[in-house]
Amino acid sequence: MKRRKFDMAAAPGNAARGLDDRFQVATPLRRLLNKVFPDHWSFLLGEIALFSFVILLLTGVYLTFFFEPAMTEVVYNGSYAPLRGTPMSAAYASSLDLSFDVRGGLIMRQMHHWSALLFMAAIVVHMLRVFFTGAFRKPRETNWIIGSLLFWVGFLAGFTGYSLPDDGLSGTGLRIASAIMLSIPVIGSWVTSSVFGGEFPGDIIISRFFIAHVLLIPGLLIALISVHLGLVFKQKHTQWPGPGRTNGNVVGERMFPRYALKQGGFFMVVFGVVALMGGLFQINPIWLFGPYEAWVVSAASQPDWYVMFLDGSTRLMPAWEIPIPIGDGYVIPPLFWPTVVLPGILVGLSTLYPFLEARHLKDYRSHNLLQRPRDVPARTAVGAMAVSFFVVLTLSGANDVIADKFQISLNAMTWAGRIGLLLVPPLAYYVTYRICLGLQQHDREVLAHGVETGIIRRLPDGRFVEVHQPLSAANGHADGHGALEYVGWVVPKKMNRLGALGPAIRGFFYPIEKPAEAPVSPGHPPVEPRPEREEISSGESRR
Amino acid sequence: MTTHTEHQAQQGREPLDVNTPGLSQFDIVREGARRDDIEIVHYEPQVIPGTKAERRLTRVVASFFLLTGLAATAFLVIYIWWPWQYAPGRGGDKWYTPLLGVTLGVALLAVGFGILTWGKKLLPKEVSIQDRHEGAVAEDDRTITGHTMLYMAEEMGVKRRPLLGISLLAGLAPVGAVAAAPLVGGLISDPHKNNQMFTTGFAPAEGGEKIRLVREDGRPVRPADISTGGQITVFPGIDHGISNKHADSPTLLIHLRDSDADESRQANERVGHGDYMWGNYAAYSKVCTHAGCPASLYEQQTNRLLCPCHQSQFLITDNARPIFGPASRRLPQLPIEVDSEGYFVAKSDYTETVGPDFWERP
Repeated sequence: MKRRKFDMAAAPGNAARGLDDRFQVATPLRRLLNKVFPDHWSFLLGEIALFSFVILLLTGVYLTFFFEPAMTEVVYNGSYAPLRGTPMSAAYASSLDLSFDVRGGLIMRQMHHWSALLFMAAIVVHMLRVFFTGAFRKPRETNWIIGSLLFWVGFLAGFTGYSLPDDGLSGTGLRIASAIMLSIPVIGSWVTSSVFGGEFPGDIIISRFFIAHVLLIPGLLIALISVHLGLVFKQKHTQWPGPGRTNGNVVGERMFPRYALKQGGFFMVVFGVVALMGGLFQINPIWLFGPYEAWVVSAASQPDWYVMFLDGSTRLMPAWEIPIPIGDGYVIPPLFWPTVVLPGILVGLSTLYPFLEARHLKDYRSHNLLQRPRDVPARTAVGAMAVSFFVVLTLSGANDVIADKFQISLNAMTWAGRIGLLLVPPLAYYVTYRICLGLQQHDREVLAHGVETGIIRRLPDGRFVEVHQPLSAANGHADGHGALEYVGWVVPKKMNRLGALGPAIRGFFYPIEKPAEAPVSPGHPPVEPRPEREEISSGESRR
Repeated sequence: MTTHTEHQAQQGREPLDVNTPGLSQFDIVREGARRDDIEIVHYEPQVIPGTKAERRLTRVVASFFLLTGLAATAFLVIYIWWPWQYAPGRGGDKWYTPLLGVTLGVALLAVGFGILTWGKKLLPKEVSIQDRHEGAVAEDDRTITGHTMLYMAEEMGVKRRPLLGISLLAGLAPVGAVAAAPLVGGLISDPHKNNQMFTTGFAPAEGGEKIRLVREDGRPVRPADISTGGQITVFPGIDHGISNKHADSPTLLIHLRDSDADESRQANERVGHGDYMWGNYAAYSKVCTHAGCPASLYEQQTNRLLCPCHQSQFLITDNARPIFGPASRRLPQLPIEVDSEGYFVAKSDYTETVGPDFWERP
């Protein structure tokens, strides 16, 4: 019998057939390969968060190989000479070893910290994009809620993470966290004592935070992120309005190969930027803070940026203590309001917002088309209000540094924050609302009258007028006004957006292709749509 | 150039037989897309094969990938051979992390830009339209699924046999509690054990022996150790008194100037703390009554103590009353005296609760 010759070309096909016989993947795989994604730069913001999370997992696993989550007292004997001989917790000593005695440990630590900051920043910016474009509306309320939960879980991940090294700065943060738990009415002292295993600081909090930081919280994050992405996949991405785009379709690219390739490239770019930051920019130099000692603190002790708004709210809170004269007497400390009640309100408001808006507008339909922020002035203004509230609080979280650097009285900074917190958000609301209306009006004006050309024409009676280039031929209107409808998308407002400039010549030192025929000189475009002159249209036709 | 702009009507379309001879690969791809309700309406190569532009782009992508290899090799060389161990004064190790960052960053960025250029410039541009199928939820399916679930519930017969449901709930509720019990029970810790929230390291020892005030290095303090207007942090002179085990004990011992001391004494008398000072010396808890940070920035001229965490300010000459910021309660004062050997001791423990406020504090 003659041995059958191995056919190289048929091998992949045969393998694929074999796989499909067993797992029936052909149909679902085709659906996946074919899935259409709309494209816009703002859709990439959430991906930065996803990619930073992947980097966090990678670098975080590395760190666990060397970190010792224990508060047992040891005497440091590593390479960092200034701290040698100092008694400190094993957690702090092992963090120092990670920075000085593990080859390449410092860059991993710094990449972990930078990607955590980037993770939170990307979440916030992504949330703003979703909010301002109305992407949270039905049917995507669930994903909005999961997203805002991701912020708070990320917040916890960050806090438990930067508490782990047990250095002078993070210990102070832990001290404040214990005071926050302590301030909860009725159960405060029981909560604190249970979390810390006794009186602050106890000797178990680092190990508890460690397991929360490396297992419980990442597990929760992975679960939430999976559902988040699964829902994006199932519900299909929103898209901007535009030619051919309706509420019932998705216009874009199929996922493979181009879209997926771009995602892969983008991941590498995010990873590269984090690596550069981790190598070049120092973050959380714990060896300068020393071990945590309850009596030591320095001025300008600031938390990571996403915690600063809570620090700010704590600083701005007036000293309003509420005594409750029952029995021996009880008290609600002022710390309770800015650190427990305020975050509670923020979680509630952000979670409920899609439902509040739908109720207010009586709009219960499904929306797959995004809205430009200017077209929904009330929502945009509410968003501006929220952002300014956050900014005032965050700045107040650094008010001692601002007071120091700019030679302002510290007390004046506190009062400016208190008053600013009440005044700035309403002001932001009003200003944003007016700006939105102005932008809307300008869009309508350009649609009705055309684009400014910069060409001044003198009328016979001596007046000067600027010539406008209409966007459409005057169809039947005696006054030359076209009847273009606003479709919720960018209105071209400059002549070069209409193709008044010639196409660019490609090539670096010399043209790599024959330059296109010189365009009609942009300096002298036809001023009147008269029949004997060429009308300015898209640049494509002039190739 | 292949531009496909014909857009067929989706409904009622006959599926194409993909085994028809003579079909191009693109025809099959397009048919696959159509079966997923995707119409590829525009498909246009960005570079024409064989042109200068294509060769140039290929070179760009290739150089990005080669740059990655170069940077990654540099990373390895630096990782292995660069002097990395911390050595004060030598300085070479200072460049270790930045160099690793630059080489790793360049390697990753280059591979990223290479892939991006490949995807964005070399692959054909396309516009596809996919149907969302949202309005097309079959009302029938909803009815069927709903009835299937109702049917299941009825088959279970909980309605007809309510005892089953009740007994199941009654049985499962304790099981839930059993699962929670070890967790909750193990974690719960009584905050009032040993009266720990209301005592500090300065509580007199069992024999009534008064506790000395000691410095960070454990040496006891004499009045002459602090110059006028100066202050030091003191700790209880007991085992672990200086460690974080007694995080609520750090105390600020201040030597006031004569006039300030008089003012301070009068203020003390107003609140019944007439004998808390010793001479011109006063001792106040260093733990802020707001959030527990050390209130450690003492301004000599104004006798104010500032907490750097949230900027609460306490006026020392007025019983350390909070005069600005979020703190609502004065810093507790430690009654002090000098023992027969001339060292400071605490007359008793603090008479007010030290540290941040809580519900049952008064």
